[in-house]
Amino acid sequence: MILALDTSAAISAAAVADDGTVLAAEAFDAPRSHAELLAPMVQRIVEAAGERPEAIVVGTGPAPFTGLRVGLVTAATLGHAWGVEVHGVCSLDGIGLRHADATVVTDARRHEVYWARYEGGRRVEGPAVDRPHDVPIPGGVVGAGVSLYPDAFDGEAAALAAADLVAVWRRDSAEGIADFPLEPLYLRRPDVHGAPRP
Amino acid sequence: MEPLVLGIESTCDETGVALVRGTELLADVTASSMDEHARFGGIVPEVASRAHLQAFLPTLTAALDKAGATLDDVDAVAVATGPGLVGSLTVGTAAAKALAVALGKPLYGVNHVIGHAVVDELVHGEFPERTMALVVSGGHTSLLLFEDSGATVTELGHTLDDAAGEAFDKVGRLLGLPYPGGPHVDRLAREGNPQAIPFPRALTAPKDMAKHRYDFSFSGLKTAVARWIEAREDAGEEIPVADVCASFADAVADVLSAKTIAACAEHGVTTLVVGGGFSANSQLRDLIAARGEAAGLDVRIPPLRFCTDNGAMIAALGSKVARTGVEASRLDVGVDSSMSLTSVTA
Ligand SMILES: [Zn+2]
Repeated sequence: MILALDTSAAISAAAVADDGTVLAAEAFDAPRSHAELLAPMVQRIVEAAGERPEAIVVGTGPAPFTGLRVGLVTAATLGHAWGVEVHGVCSLDGIGLRHADATVVTDARRHEVYWARYEGGRRVEGPAVDRPHDVPIPGGVVGAGVSLYPDAFDGEAAALAAADLVAVWRRDSAEGIADFPLEPLYLRRPDVHGAPRP
Repeated sequence: MEPLVLGIESTCDETGVALVRGTELLADVTASSMDEHARFGGIVPEVASRAHLQAFLPTLTAALDKAGATLDDVDAVAVATGPGLVGSLTVGTAAAKALAVALGKPLYGVNHVIGHAVVDELVHGEFPERTMALVVSGGHTSLLLFEDSGATVTELGHTLDDAAGEAFDKVGRLLGLPYPGGPHVDRLAREGNPQAIPFPRALTAPKDMAKHRYDFSFSGLKTAVARWIEAREDAGEEIPVADVCASFADAVADVLSAKTIAACAEHGVTTLVVGGGFSANSQLRDLIAARGEAAGLDVRIPPLRFCTDNGAMIAALGSKVARTGVEASRLDVGVDSSMSLTSVTA
């Protein structure tokens, strides 16, 4: 069983069997509750799957900052404690996988979107962050950006299913890619305004 | 045997992991992103949060190695869920929950500020029935009364504006000293005359004492220092930097120690703990030790390495609540940037 987690937008987790069957999956669209909801969700999913995972796949964003780190630190820590490998996959790839030729657009806040372009379910451009009207869209558009910026995008507001990150990882590793870094895809530099030292 | 508690601290810019059994500290490892903030003149929350994510597993591994333990030996996981910076708290809390889930062990979300006092149990043993604690740092200035051997905490008072350490940093900036200015002000103060300039003692007048008996205020003092410096500059006079530092530091230490020692007498408490990074301040240490002794108090000031933010304080508090049978936190517990100081656990 492979455990998949993603906190780049909604909080989602899934347990995926070796044959690709989804044994258990949950998702909550609660953008500010990642830290509260993910751990109990993981506990339920692992319990429902009835076995400890052989590996963990985690979405590395791009995403606004705080929520993304919840998924990454949770996956890294679970992997360390269980002694299993943890693989990072760009969260947009999980959406792009299901769409032959499309630009995936998700919420980057501050009137911007994260985007990447896919051909045959594989990323050919991005990920990047831009204003909605600056995103190149040669074909279809999918992702949360569609409902947020209907002026800029015409398409389907599809959300990520965590299990699809496992499919991306399986496909890419079968093709010989060995490196799935856990580096968060922030794409933006930190805002710099200091606070007093406690 | 008493439970082995792993404590995680990530309220600000320090990532700390420590292991405590009973009141014995087995390991305490801290990684800091302090240097990354210095050029911004203050903590940048996003920089601190990014650093916590990078530092957590290496810090955990180093702490376990140092203690000669493995994760399987851990009986409970404690983490500071507040008060602090939301982004920083979130990383440590998520990591703690992941450990609790993976190990199937209880999670204790605990209060960082109360940890600053309880860390003293690792040095001087368990708190007596009643203990007073002054927690002073760049972020906190609070007077806490511990009752029932530490199970019940009441916040008697706190700063109404700047924390003591924050006021030191601001005065450091006024004098053009490098960030963080506090330690420089402290060092220079030792060379100056504390009686040179009569800076004000806030909230000590009878009318203020009625309402703010155990509260503190340092922003007016900082303004008084700024005005005094301006007046000298306008007059074309040289600024006696050491005397300014010494007189300012004396004003801070005088108010902190006077109110704290009065609180002990008024609450019939004979044990006083001073915790938090600002307890390194030499005037405060000297004055509170001298006045405490004169008042017949047992003044406990842990060594400096226990006073800054670290995992030991969280493991110490986690160990205390685990030992006393406090209920574990729920797995969906949230972080609380302004966690109340009457809440020992979340
Ligand atoms: Zn602190």
